[in-house]
Amino acid sequence: MNHDAYDDNYIRAILNSVKSIAMVGASPVNVRPSYFAFKYLAQRGYDMIPVNPGHVGKSLLGKPFVAQLADIDRPIDMIDIFRNSSHIMPVVDEALKLSPLPKVIWMQLGARDDAAAEKAEAAGVKVVMNRCPKIEYGRLSSEISWMGVNSRTLSSKRAPIPTQGMRLSLNRMSVGGGETAASDRAAKNKSEP
Amino acid sequence: MTDRHPGFSTLAVHAGAQPDPTTGARATPIYQTTSFVFNDADHAASLFGLQAFGNIYTRIGNPTNAVLEERVAALEGGTAALAVASGHAAQVVVFQQLLMPGDEIIAARKLYGGSINQFTHAFKSFGWNVAWADSDDIASFERAVTPHTKAIFIESIANPSGSITDIEAIAAVARKAGVPLIVDNTLATPYLIRPIDHGADIVVHSLTKFLGGHGNSLGGIIVDAGTFDWSKDNKYPMLSEPRPEYHGIKLQETFGNFAFAIACRVLGLRDLGPALSPFNAFMILTGIETLPLRMQKHCENAKAVAEFLAGHPKVAAVNYAGLASDRYNNLARKYAPKGAGAVFTFSLKDGYDAGVNLVSNLKLFSHLANVGDTRSLVIHPASTTHSQLDDAAKVKSGAAPDVVRLSIGIEDKEDLIADLEQALTA
Ligand SMILES: Cc1ncc(COP(=O)(O)O)c(C=O)c1O
Repeated sequence: MNHDAYDDNYIRAILNSVKSIAMVGASPVNVRPSYFAFKYLAQRGYDMIPVNPGHVGKSLLGKPFVAQLADIDRPIDMIDIFRNSSHIMPVVDEALKLSPLPKVIWMQLGARDDAAAEKAEAAGVKVVMNRCPKIEYGRLSSEISWMGVNSRTLSSKRAPIPTQGMRLSLNRMSVGGGETAASDRAAKNKSEP
Repeated sequence: MTDRHPGFSTLAVHAGAQPDPTTGARATPIYQTTSFVFNDADHAASLFGLQAFGNIYTRIGNPTNAVLEERVAALEGGTAALAVASGHAAQVVVFQQLLMPGDEIIAARKLYGGSINQFTHAFKSFGWNVAWADSDDIASFERAVTPHTKAIFIESIANPSGSITDIEAIAAVARKAGVPLIVDNTLATPYLIRPIDHGADIVVHSLTKFLGGHGNSLGGIIVDAGTFDWSKDNKYPMLSEPRPEYHGIKLQETFGNFAFAIACRVLGLRDLGPALSPFNAFMILTGIETLPLRMQKHCENAKAVAEFLAGHPKVAAVNYAGLASDRYNNLARKYAPKGAGAVFTFSLKDGYDAGVNLVSNLKLFSHLANVGDTRSLVIHPASTTHSQLDDAAKVKSGAAPDVVRLSIGIEDKEDLIADLEQALTA
């Protein structure tokens, strides 16, 4: 699995199939990226579970915090890890002890741990690293285009009328990068010495 | 089904646009409205707090403008874009995200005269300083780097000289200095050159020129390449530090590789105010649909006119990078293999007065201060666009007193050559 660039169809299949998402490192502070993503995904109809031992007893948008993944009382389809790269491995280890296993482990924008990804994949769990599910959802549904973002999708079909709380259609025909891969290439060139 | 990568012409027609969800309108509607209703109080608060994507008020964003933004971002290979009222507005908004009073930029001397004025005079009043460097001497950029340097600014094809800039060499200087490279790609358009492929971090355009292409609408745009790490040190606090305007949000942390475009929108455009009219966005979008066709014709005509002038007994010199004899021809072959653009200069053996006569004798070329129109245009830069520079600076910027600038349109080239022929012999 190439974790430098994902096919739109890989991401789309994940966002279309998962229903429950445990967010590890969710913050109740309403200017934190995890709060943004939690709220957005909840409004799109996902069953969201905030995981953060520092906030047990409180709730996030009506959903009670749990201390750890093992405390969740129902199967979880996806684990979205809002921790930096050095804290990924223990969460993945915890996730791989769950039964049933989650289908997807997603590491937030900026977070990447290739060894943890390999371990999860060896157990049959799909992995996404260094991406934000809110941004990917917005991109593939073209909702993010309101912000002038290059969604890298084209469509001659009429989109559904977006209303609050509704799950926008992710099923636009994707024509991939439109050579937007140029920016990924350029980013890679930059990180070389 | 795996992803297909559509070609440039497909993106020029489709990127960013889809049938209107409500009416099914296929052309992009002109959303001529100042404001947009909220679903409820929470939706309003989410939009203002940057938690949700959506429309609030046309100074901050507009659905017609958004189509233009996504289209240009796709054509340039960037992550996102922000359309603004003019090319100059794009430059101010970009630098306001990067510079604090006392900071510096390094800029190529060969720039549009208006940009030289903006950097020299307007920016001085913001406390922003400019160090000038010579695109033909890459080491001059390196020498200009100081601890206060925050960005490097160049034009891909320079106005008025038509010279081609070695973007990769200057990108290497920027990378070493740890600052973003900003490329004004107005004269090339992404059809001829895509600066992001060569290491640019930010691309700006005057949409007024070839992208709009019909001489009818002003506009500007900022494209975020998504390549620069704004948080690696504390040089770019607008992107890396908690923003008091938004209760402590950190923009790069929240928006990742399109944070610069978001900063330009929610800090720059929101607070400085140079919004693009949705009507202009519509006109420019319509222009972009034919960009590939027009640029091919512009370049073909420009080459024919340059060749004609180069062989004319009254002409002293032609500076067109598309000519095999031109000093920029190697750079043109590398960066702009499809054509060296359609703006270039030439000088007459009989000097300044002959240039003035030529301009007044032309019947098809319009004498005006613009480039990148369907119509062919002519001007004498030293007395107009570059008139505020002293003589030495005029020469260095490619606007020597005896130089005439042409912007070649998409008419029949035989008619353009006949017009120049009669004006030269009149
Ligand atoms: C290369 C270049 N950059 C920027 C500008 C400024 O654009 P605007 O007139 O849209 O503000 C111009 C205008 O002539 C230009 O030629």
